[in-house]
Amino acid sequence: MIAIINYNLGNPKSIKNMLGYLGVDSMISSDPNEIALADRLILPGVGHFKHGIEQLDILNLFEVLNKEVLIKKKPILGICLGMQLMTKHSEEGDCNGLGWLDATTRKFQIIDTLKVPHMGWNDVHYKKDSKLTEDFSADPRYYFVHSYHVQCNQEADVLGTTTYGYEFVAAFQHENIYGVQFHPEKSHKYGMELLRNFNKI
Amino acid sequence: MSLRPRVIPVLLLQNGGLVKTYKFKQPKYVGDPINAVKIFNEKEVDELLLLDISCSINQSEPDYNLIHEIVSEAFMPIGYGGGIKTVDQAKKIFDLGIEKIILNTSLQTNPDLVSQISSIYGSSSVVANIDYKKNIFGKHKVFFKSGTIKSEFNPLDWALKLQDAGSGEIILNNIDKEGTYSGYDIELLSNLNNKIKVPVVISGGASSLEDFKNAIHAGASGMAAGSMFIYKRPHNAVLINYPSFNDFKNLYN
Repeated sequence: MIAIINYNLGNPKSIKNMLGYLGVDSMISSDPNEIALADRLILPGVGHFKHGIEQLDILNLFEVLNKEVLIKKKPILGICLGMQLMTKHSEEGDCNGLGWLDATTRKFQIIDTLKVPHMGWNDVHYKKDSKLTEDFSADPRYYFVHSYHVQCNQEADVLGTTTYGYEFVAAFQHENIYGVQFHPEKSHKYGMELLRNFNKI
Repeated sequence: MSLRPRVIPVLLLQNGGLVKTYKFKQPKYVGDPINAVKIFNEKEVDELLLLDISCSINQSEPDYNLIHEIVSEAFMPIGYGGGIKTVDQAKKIFDLGIEKIILNTSLQTNPDLVSQISSIYGSSSVVANIDYKKNIFGKHKVFFKSGTIKSEFNPLDWALKLQDAGSGEIILNNIDKEGTYSGYDIELLSNLNNKIKVPVVISGGASSLEDFKNAIHAGASGMAAGSMFIYKRPHNAVLINYPSFNDFKNLYN
């Protein structure tokens, strides 16, 4: 059973829709007791970083998330803002994050005519082997919508990158902690392959 | 490197069915929307636009059951427009798994709806659709309620106002071109793109990959098309179609 953490930001239902299509059991929950019972966790999210951290706090989710992820080492996948919340700090609202890996969240530094947010389909180049990316189709592409991106301080944590103006982290992995900047639930078979693999980790 | 612009099929819904219009008139039933979405899903389309043209005319709420059925089958970004007048209605649509709300008619009397929704869900989740056509003096005017109510706004000023209100994307839809295969309104697209910071999606008149290419050169972030992806010409037989990814790649090189 996968628990999709509901903290009132973003779109947990579209993730549940794709998992349902794949035949994977999931629940959308903000109840710490329910979340503790799941085998795996997904932290979704679209919206403002500081607002996200505040919502996790209001819902009393820090304790259960830290315990399940850092002590019990359950696999967790952060998607978009969910990925960014796992970092130490974000420039969005100058706010500290969960701090699960040595990384920060930065605003896009784009000078020329490129528009922010980075919105649309882009290619991702995977840099290392991982259970999350086993047996992927060639040339995977995914749907992105974001104005901030993650910067990993440890090169070993970088799973994949994409380029918009410059190259940045599209996916990371640190032990049981996975994060993707794109939306697998909106990325056709490429996203399905990723969520199916996550269910096997 | 800039981003590959999105190629977006537009599905018009009317009383639960899929229809196609010509210059916003003569809605013709072309099939079951769920079936069409399944086919577009298999073809791995970049994005879908669902526009329910019955809502503003009938003053009805969005058809939540139909939207729910559609999003359970579709694994691409989807924008929904039609009948959204309040933040609560927008919330219901987002909760079903739609990521973009498209606003149009309700903005004539309540342009603040853009900022009310974007302050909660982020500006990239709120899209403003602008329907327009030329009046007899050759001036562009914005229309509401599926093209039935004319306003005094011109599309450029209206787009700037909605951008400033927090709309993260503008759809520019030329009523006179809709369903005509006469190519996009490249002139207005270029004008708007020079004045606006948010992405612009052009709609109305697409007939070929060449039209997409012209729109990309004029700065479009997305190209929407209805008839081209629903009909097979010359006789407009219903045939859901979408170019291959390789065809698109050639466009951008």
